[in-house]
Amino acid sequence: MRSLEIHSQAARRVGGNRTYAIVGVVASGNLEVLLERVLDGTACEVIIKTPVEGFEEIWRAVVADFIERYSPGGLKISLNDLGARPDTVSLRLAQGVRLMESGE
Amino acid sequence: MKNSLTESDQSSWYEATARQRVDGLLDPGSFKEFVEPTARQISPHLHLFDLPEAFDDGIVVGWGTMKGREILIAAQEGRFMGGTFGEVHGGKLVGLLRFAARSRSAPRAVLMLLDTGGVRLQEANAGELAVSEIIRAILEARAGGVAVIALIGGRAGAFGGGGIMAACCSRIVVSEHGRLGVTGPEVIETNRGVEEFDSRNRPLVWQVTGGKTRRLLGGADAYAADNIKSFRDAAIRLLDKAPNFDLPTMELEQERLARRLKQFGECDSTTAIWQKMNIAERDRIAELSDAEFDRLAQLQAEANHDAR
Amino acid sequence: MTLDELLGKLFPAGHESHVDEAGILSGTGLYGEDRVAAVLGVVNQAPLGIEGALALSGCVLQVIRQSPRQPIVVLLDGQSQRMRRRDEMLGLNEYLAHLTKCFVLARQRGHRTVGVMFGTIAAGAFISTGLAQDLLVAVAGANPQVMDMPSIARVTKLPREKLDALSKTTPVFAPGLNHAMPIGAVVEIWEGQGIATKLAAALQEPAGRPDRRDQLGLERKGRLKAAEIAQRVEKEADAYAAIVAKT
Repeated sequence: MRSLEIHSQAARRVGGNRTYAIVGVVASGNLEVLLERVLDGTACEVIIKTPVEGFEEIWRAVVADFIERYSPGGLKISLNDLGARPDTVSLRLAQGVRLMESGE
Repeated sequence: MKNSLTESDQSSWYEATARQRVDGLLDPGSFKEFVEPTARQISPHLHLFDLPEAFDDGIVVGWGTMKGREILIAAQEGRFMGGTFGEVHGGKLVGLLRFAARSRSAPRAVLMLLDTGGVRLQEANAGELAVSEIIRAILEARAGGVAVIALIGGRAGAFGGGGIMAACCSRIVVSEHGRLGVTGPEVIETNRGVEEFDSRNRPLVWQVTGGKTRRLLGGADAYAADNIKSFRDAAIRLLDKAPNFDLPTMELEQERLARRLKQFGECDSTTAIWQKMNIAERDRIAELSDAEFDRLAQLQAEANHDAR
Repeated sequence: MTLDELLGKLFPAGHESHVDEAGILSGTGLYGEDRVAAVLGVVNQAPLGIEGALALSGCVLQVIRQSPRQPIVVLLDGQSQRMRRRDEMLGLNEYLAHLTKCFVLARQRGHRTVGVMFGTIAAGAFISTGLAQDLLVAVAGANPQVMDMPSIARVTKLPREKLDALSKTTPVFAPGLNHAMPIGAVVEIWEGQGIATKLAAALQEPAGRPDRRDQLGLERKGRLKAAEIAQRVEKEADAYAAIVAKT
């Protein structure tokens, strides 16, 4: 299993008042994303666990793109990946942020 | 707290995740999860096999309301490690059922959304014990008047210890997709050859273990279409029809199972069984629509009983 | 140990029993000071199929009906459930569940039940027999398992050598008594002289006690999380019940 941690800053804090959200499933070609509103200010963290070797640059690119588009400030985001493709990863991250903002 | 994307009543049960099924069944906003994923109570064993973990170890347990009725609910994620029972996964279900059995403030019904291939082999001994502990807790709860309803319609079905567990519940709801059994077709084929069971013959797999067969034989008490509303309606109808777990019920079940063996023990196919049951549609059970099949099942004496 | 040897050791004062063609054992044995226990079991390394399960559950129900509070000793030298398409088609899961339920019903109604393994018992057969008793013990030859190692290797797609090595560091998956003990499945091993005395003492304990096997697994360090997780769920449920009660 490989682990990758990315610490960054977003442009703004995520809206809504949910404390956490979870999307996806740890199944082949899929991943599970847990988002927790636990960081101060606009800090964000993405912690990736994956059994797939290599692809560090792709992970970093996908995460950078996500932070740019969705501004997940204040969120610690933990991923359990099982070989998801980059577009699936992007989808789950976006779904997660939308849930955090949805205020339910 | 709702934690999945919007589910409608018509959403496929088969395609839904465990969390989506829970959200779809329960009244909006009513769900309180116990040992949430943020607690990160993951499997302590999967890392030994270099396998990924799930934050909830593949099962969601908690309390909510369904059409205003207080219920406890457990939902297995069939797509994580085949929905198998591991140490933590099993422990969550043990705790929920022990609470149901012990507490006078607990809801009087538990919905078990089973979607499992059985015991997780990487944690085989812990999983097998958990299955036994869960079954004891189910029967304790039933002895105290709690209804335990199994809902089966997912990818993994309910196999191995899960198949035995399902039949220890007060009532069982199945859909066409759902399968119920003990030894899976692939394992039978590996152990006894392809002539015994060709596990790649999908129609055969469904004839032997599928929801329609189970319902007609009396191995399930209600049939649902593959959507959340249908499962909810079936569960609600069964909530107040749970047989007592006592000697009279077990005597009735002994008679029912003896009768099944006597009447159908020589049959070599389900078609032969449906023939003995005088079912005119015996050659096209798989093709019947949900509504047609449900009506057919309601008419069979074998299928409708209180002996579970 | 053969069945006859075991019966002689457990019931030196006398016993009589019969084994049917499905490998189902039924009879009685004398223990303690002239008390009678029902003796049931799955023997002759028989797989447990629908006929055998039905016969055995019928025996359990007969004890409940005819002999209130009579203890039941369940001897086990079987294998797994019978693996046949026909058994699955006819609902083997219900027959094994029914057998499990009958044993648990007996315990709930005051019949003390003790399982004694002296051979293999596995998977669905294990759940519906050995694991359904008040007390499960092992004597020489016992081999409890969920699944045999070659099958585990096949299903998990792991090399056998790796599994063998792993099984030396954790009791959580491999077959055998040396793992079934620390995880809490098997409470004791009975050896040597005095097996009859141990049985007599075990049969006089109360029936239907709460399930402590997860606690035992914790004490023996074979299952470090099971008891804790179950307790945690119960605690959170109790706390939530208090909130619900106020609203």
